[in-house]
Amino acid sequence: MLDRRTFLAASALWLASSTSLTHASEIREHMPWSPFPSSEPHIERPGPWKFFTADEARAMEAIVDRIIPPDRETPGGKDAGCAVFIDRQLKGPYGASSGLYKLGPYVKGIKQQGSQSPVTPAELYRKGLANLDRICKVNNGGKGFADLSADEQDSVLKTIESGTVEFEDVDAQGFFDALLKDVPEGFFSDPIHGGNRDMVGWKMIGFPGIRYDYRDWIGRHNERYPYPPVSIMGRADWTPHKA
Amino acid sequence: MSRKLPAKDVVIVGLGWTGSIMAYELADAGLDVIAIERGPWRNTATDYPPGYAADELRYRIRHDLFLRPEQTTFTFRNKMNQTALPIRSWGAFMPPNGVGGGGVHWNAETWRFLPSDFVARTHLVNRYGADFLPKDMTIQDWGITYDDLEPHYDRFEYLCGTSGQAGNVNGQIIEGGNPFEGPRSRPYPNPPQQQPFGATLFAKAARELGYKPFPQPSGNMSQPYRNPLGVRLGPCTYCGFCEWFGCGNYSKATPQTTILPALLRKQNFSLRDNSEVTRINLDASGKRATGVTFVDTDGNEWEQPADLVILSAYTIFNVQLLLLSGIGEPYDPIADTGTVGRNFTHQTISDVTSFFDPAKFVFNPFIASGAIGMCIDEFNGDNFDHGPHGFVGGGYMGQVQTNGRPIETTPVPPGTPAWGAEWKKAVKENYQSALKPGTGVHGSMYSYRDVYVDLDPTYKDRFGRPLARMTIDFHDNELKQNKFLTDKFAEIFKAMGAKQIKKEYRKGPYDITKYQTTHLCGGAIMGTVPGNSTLNRYLQSWDVPNLFVTGASAFPQNPGYNPTGTVAALAYWTADAIRSKYLKNPGRLIDA
Ligand SMILES: Cc1cc2nc3c(=O)[nH]c(=O)nc-3n(C[C@H](O)[C@H](O)[C@H](O)COP(=O)(O)OP(=O)(O)OC[C@H]3O[C@@H](n4cnc5c(N)ncnc54)[C@H](O)[C@@H]3O)c2cc1C
Repeated sequence: MLDRRTFLAASALWLASSTSLTHASEIREHMPWSPFPSSEPHIERPGPWKFFTADEARAMEAIVDRIIPPDRETPGGKDAGCAVFIDRQLKGPYGASSGLYKLGPYVKGIKQQGSQSPVTPAELYRKGLANLDRICKVNNGGKGFADLSADEQDSVLKTIESGTVEFEDVDAQGFFDALLKDVPEGFFSDPIHGGNRDMVGWKMIGFPGIRYDYRDWIGRHNERYPYPPVSIMGRADWTPHKA
Repeated sequence: MSRKLPAKDVVIVGLGWTGSIMAYELADAGLDVIAIERGPWRNTATDYPPGYAADELRYRIRHDLFLRPEQTTFTFRNKMNQTALPIRSWGAFMPPNGVGGGGVHWNAETWRFLPSDFVARTHLVNRYGADFLPKDMTIQDWGITYDDLEPHYDRFEYLCGTSGQAGNVNGQIIEGGNPFEGPRSRPYPNPPQQQPFGATLFAKAARELGYKPFPQPSGNMSQPYRNPLGVRLGPCTYCGFCEWFGCGNYSKATPQTTILPALLRKQNFSLRDNSEVTRINLDASGKRATGVTFVDTDGNEWEQPADLVILSAYTIFNVQLLLLSGIGEPYDPIADTGTVGRNFTHQTISDVTSFFDPAKFVFNPFIASGAIGMCIDEFNGDNFDHGPHGFVGGGYMGQVQTNGRPIETTPVPPGTPAWGAEWKKAVKENYQSALKPGTGVHGSMYSYRDVYVDLDPTYKDRFGRPLARMTIDFHDNELKQNKFLTDKFAEIFKAMGAKQIKKEYRKGPYDITKYQTTHLCGGAIMGTVPGNSTLNRYLQSWDVPNLFVTGASAFPQNPGYNPTGTVAALAYWTADAIRSKYLKNPGRLIDA
């Protein structure tokens, strides 16, 4: 028998982090259907920072612009909205490690056993950015990351990447690994998540987004697909300018 | 306290691919059937409409359609002398959740195993001698033959509308198909899907090297299709959001698009979703199942009595439920006793990414389906002489173009920095002219004495029940196999004119963070006698004859193909045995 109190506590936790589809039902003699989607997407809007403080946001915008620097044809991480994307992600379920297995004991294992850290991405960024700020200021006469030159910024990031610098209360390389995962995600995920602004990441490589039907094109070998990308929100030029 | 529900003839645990097949077949036989499914109801039109189904971050990166580890997970270690730790976020495989199970978001690569795969041990010992096999390798024959299964493979393919080119119809070899396949009684129900540029080049180069390439058999429709249950599927649009995603076009064969509409019309079938079975209940003798206990997401505990229990919760959940319910003897790798948890296997996959001249090659990688591509089978199973190579097993390999989604598929040549201007430039330059097959080398993993599943001594699920513990590592045989196959595969890309080739051999130790496939196999295997298996050849429990266990948990080892064709064929075979034999005379179908 399950201990009812343990179970209730556990299931409440489970419910809290799930979608609307969590209530049990009995289904018979029909295919359940509702007139509206039961899984509609969550859309991130531009606007104030939701997770980062103003200082953190300045550092993050500088970081994402070094991970993906601007060039003549394509904006960098900052103008593509990668910091906004990460801000929204950290405020959401990803930032809280929601849905992941969080029961103890937490024991450090071998590499192939995967992350065994109780630190959530939100904590990792908060502490990682604080450490980065501290290290930059100590070594650069009080200047934070955002105030360094691009070359200086690159060399700071390289010391973190290579493990030559250590953070006080959080794994420096773990922080860098998270950046290497999260920044490109912000550059390439659908603009509804707050990054890939104006689909710049997709335009850069020629990815058409969610066009969903290539039957006319599967047989056209070695020909460049000519149409511009479409996002879940459509395309800016589909809606006449309001201003 | 649990509340007791009215008794049913049959209770089905898990409504994925095999649960759906069993439910339909047994309801069709007139039995009163209830299915209990851990995850939610999923419906094509409202759960993954084309307007937003193509969201790479949500479905591929954040695993929206999958089980949350918080609900339940496993622990993992490589070796018996290590401490297993929990899988806190998914990596090496990705357990499904919800009505339709893995069928909702599979690629639909729909294969049959080779006739020799079913008699692996006998076949290999006859050809190479017993000493050729590693001492601790525990492969065995299945207790069933390809010929037994052929009609059931055929049923599944016609249910799904599988698109493919037959290579062997009733013994006659057909040009353009897989010449190594076992004889099929008729061609595939649909012609193969169209092939993109990369696959076409691959096939040409393979042919020039003397191989016989053929289209990957696909459960994505090459044309509109109406299946024998009257359910209709539409043509695949090559949208490139297939594996990990639900198909909003009704073009991928899933339980939703092939069986459930017909099943839910039957008045003697009902389903409870968001309800997790926590135990199979036994009577005082321990030899008879009385039904199951489950807990719904509102926290209510229920008991569902039934005369017949079908466990179809997917490989490792099947094994876990058997262990938690005290059914069968748990496997002890040291004493080599017991069977439940034994012969657990996964897969040996490797990647080859090749880079072509961007001025000359445009592959449009985003024009893709979960299962288009051209494959060769020369190095699968025992299709080649293993004598000189010192390993057994193999796999198919192919240029299978599953996606050009940019978070996952932006390959850069070896030596490129991981970030910065150079990385950005390399991503841009190579996106259209690199080939990164969805599944490159799809290699087998054979079974070993020290690879198994049991219950973890420390870690618990949210109910306080022990998690299942996986002890798994690669053995030399598989690493040798992978090296050999990966090199052969890369030669084909070289012949296609690639200017740079990146080979990523599968290396030990087995790493729980690196996705291979969700083809976990074994742990509740079928076999010829109770001493070597948990189930008899009809997937009936040797210990509890009114319990049948479907799924790849029955595979004594994992051959070199995707499992679902065989998993589904075995479900039809089992359903047939229940309908034609068991119902007339409920009890053991084979004397122990
Ligand atoms: C991303 C991905 C791609 C794949 N691609 C392919 C492919 O191309 N070709 C191929 O052959 N195979 C593929 N597979 C594998 C394929 O999905 C499985 O082989 C197939 O779904 C197995 O069928 P099953 O009925 O055994 O299990 P499932 O289809 O997984 O169904 C099991 C069901 O049981 C439910 N369940 C589990 N535990 C409980 C419980 N305690 N109580 C109640 N319900 C429970 C689960 O929620 C699930 O719905 C893929 C899998 C994944 C994840």
